[in-house]
Amino acid sequence: MVPLSHYLALSVILFVLGAAGFIFRRNIITVFMCIELMLNAVNLAFMAFSRFLGNLDGQIFVFIVIVVAAAEAAVGLAIIIALHSNRESLNIEDVDAMKM
Amino acid sequence: MNLEILLLLMVLPPLAGAALNGILGRRFSQATVSLIGCGGPGLSMVFALLSAWIYSKSESQPAPFTYSYFTWIQAGQLRAEYALYYDRLTLIMTLTVTVVAFLIHLYSRGYMEHEGGYYRFFTYMNLFLFMMLTLVTAANYPLMFVGWEGVGLCSYLLIGFYFRKKSASDAGKKAFIVTRMGDAGFTVGVALLFWTFHSLDFQTVFQRVKDLPQGQFESVLTAVGLLLFLGAAGKSAQLPLYVWLPDAMEGPTPVSALIHAATMVTAGVYLVARSSIIFAHAPSALAVVGVVGCLTAFYAGTIALTQNDLKRMLAYSTISQLGYMFMGCGAGVFAAGIFHLMTHAFFKSLLFLAAGSVMHAMSGELDMRKMGGLWRKLKTTHATFLIATIAISGVPLVGAGFFSKDEILAGAYEGPLGSPFLYWLGTFTAALTAFYMFRGLCMTFYGKSHVEPETEHHLHESSYKMTIPLMVLAFFSVIAGWVSWPKAWHGSEAFDRYLDPVFGQATEALRNVSPVHVGDLGPGALMGFSILAAAIGIGVALWWYLKSTDIPEQLAERYADLYRILVHKYYVDEFYNWLIVRPLCIVSDKFLWRVVDEGAIDKVMVNGTAEGTANVGNVLRRIQSGNIPSYATWVLLGAVLWFLYIFAAHG
Repeated sequence: MVPLSHYLALSVILFVLGAAGFIFRRNIITVFMCIELMLNAVNLAFMAFSRFLGNLDGQIFVFIVIVVAAAEAAVGLAIIIALHSNRESLNIEDVDAMKM
Repeated sequence: MNLEILLLLMVLPPLAGAALNGILGRRFSQATVSLIGCGGPGLSMVFALLSAWIYSKSESQPAPFTYSYFTWIQAGQLRAEYALYYDRLTLIMTLTVTVVAFLIHLYSRGYMEHEGGYYRFFTYMNLFLFMMLTLVTAANYPLMFVGWEGVGLCSYLLIGFYFRKKSASDAGKKAFIVTRMGDAGFTVGVALLFWTFHSLDFQTVFQRVKDLPQGQFESVLTAVGLLLFLGAAGKSAQLPLYVWLPDAMEGPTPVSALIHAATMVTAGVYLVARSSIIFAHAPSALAVVGVVGCLTAFYAGTIALTQNDLKRMLAYSTISQLGYMFMGCGAGVFAAGIFHLMTHAFFKSLLFLAAGSVMHAMSGELDMRKMGGLWRKLKTTHATFLIATIAISGVPLVGAGFFSKDEILAGAYEGPLGSPFLYWLGTFTAALTAFYMFRGLCMTFYGKSHVEPETEHHLHESSYKMTIPLMVLAFFSVIAGWVSWPKAWHGSEAFDRYLDPVFGQATEALRNVSPVHVGDLGPGALMGFSILAAAIGIGVALWWYLKSTDIPEQLAERYADLYRILVHKYYVDEFYNWLIVRPLCIVSDKFLWRVVDEGAIDKVMVNGTAEGTANVGNVLRRIQSGNIPSYATWVLLGAVLWFLYIFAAHG
């Protein structure tokens, strides 16, 4: 049987990849996918803990996260489309209207 | 009817009048304002008479009647009730105040007719009457203080009635600030009283003081007495706080008559008389009262000699007469002081109202050098002014002032704390009084007319609205003295005996401290000297101002220095200006304004706060880059730090 530490290690790797992509990539869609990646890294950790601790709490959390992620995807993609139609660009550095 | 209801009915109508006129007066016609404005004082007078009657019939009298309506302040040991106090002293005070006030209100209808601010005037006057009645009927010091400050406020408002005139608004401020100094003494004195006796209720305090063995707590009581007298000196314009009263003449003349002659300024005398038992246990404080009163009487009398402004002369005369009242109280004959308070209220308000009538006829002119020979045109005014002058000068029999002043002078000689010094200076002042009053009378009404042709043309007697109150007051000015027929004429001094229940204990306590003072002069001789003083004063005045009218000028030339000092009122105003006002202005300007206000408050606190916020913001706004990846980095960094903290804290 694969030990818990393996799952957690994979989860950490995925999360760090997601975080790094989130910070360093410039394409909004990529950034968006990196967020999904981080969420799923956390999901993986939840599932692993749930399985190894033998209770269902983690799984319930995973459901919640999936639902939130789905909602976020819907809203986020809509925003990205609106953004693109307004600015003709998907570069995240062009979106700085909040700058003082 | 019950006395407690009558007392409320006496105190409250002027307040209702003030509220009605104050809130709605602008929309009322003059007739309505007059009706409300005079109706309140009229009702007060009626109920004052009724309560006097009921009280005199009641079985409990002469014991004081008190009734507590509700508790006003309850804090720790301090308990102040809205409670009214009625005894023979209150009876006299309320009757005098309401009668004079009602007559002056009636007079004001005529006087203020064309002055503008008609409803405002009556609002303030009614409010004043309410406060004055609160003052004299209060059953404890805090409530008395309410009335005390209330009359001060109304005095301020009414002195500055013509507030567009700079001198009037300045005079109002001066009166307010100078009397405030005295009030500080009053408050501290009352606090000291509470600290010593744990109560501020008249009955309780007086009872506790009375039960003290003579000499105990004397130092505290002396301090209390002196502090209360400081308050009295401020309100009643005694040395050294008298400077506001002459300037108070900027107000309309009925105000001068009611507030600055007949009622408010006598509040100090009332305070001393009411606290007589406290002063009786602090004879040295009482002696100070007597000496200050006597000196003030003399001092103000000398200033009045050279004044050419009719109202100002009357103002100094008022200060002088108030000095007499304090001298009476200070010598231990409180009843004589109150007696003079009552007679003075009648004849001095009459003098002022008659002066107002003259002023009315003269289109506002008050300089007596520009008058003369007015008796032909102003017959009623002249007759009443003459009666009042006779009353204040102390002409025997027909002048009310004669009886009361004579009693004070006799008391100053043989009273518990009397002394020849008080008596002789007082008698000399009586001569001065007679002189300056007849001087004023002659300059105004007799001799050659110096009236300017244009004013001469308008010269007219005032309407009946103004002359009827004058006549009533003249009537009182003649008869008011008869209530206390002097002993020297085999009288019984009924007024004094009437007030015996109020002052008896104080007088007795004083008699115990200082043995009966028997002078060389009998009552007949004392009276003889005071009549002689009046006769000399009147004679000289008539001689100088009717017969040989060039003598005063020659004297003024010969004693030019003395004359200049008197005309400039001993340069006291200038001295106070130099000693207090100028330093205050300099400190305010150079330090409080430039350093504290502009430097510390404006620069450091107000602008400093704004600048500091802006600077911090300038630094912090760099974080707000608008760059989403950098926000993400911050979030991540924060999360990492947070986890590190949690691990560090919980291992």
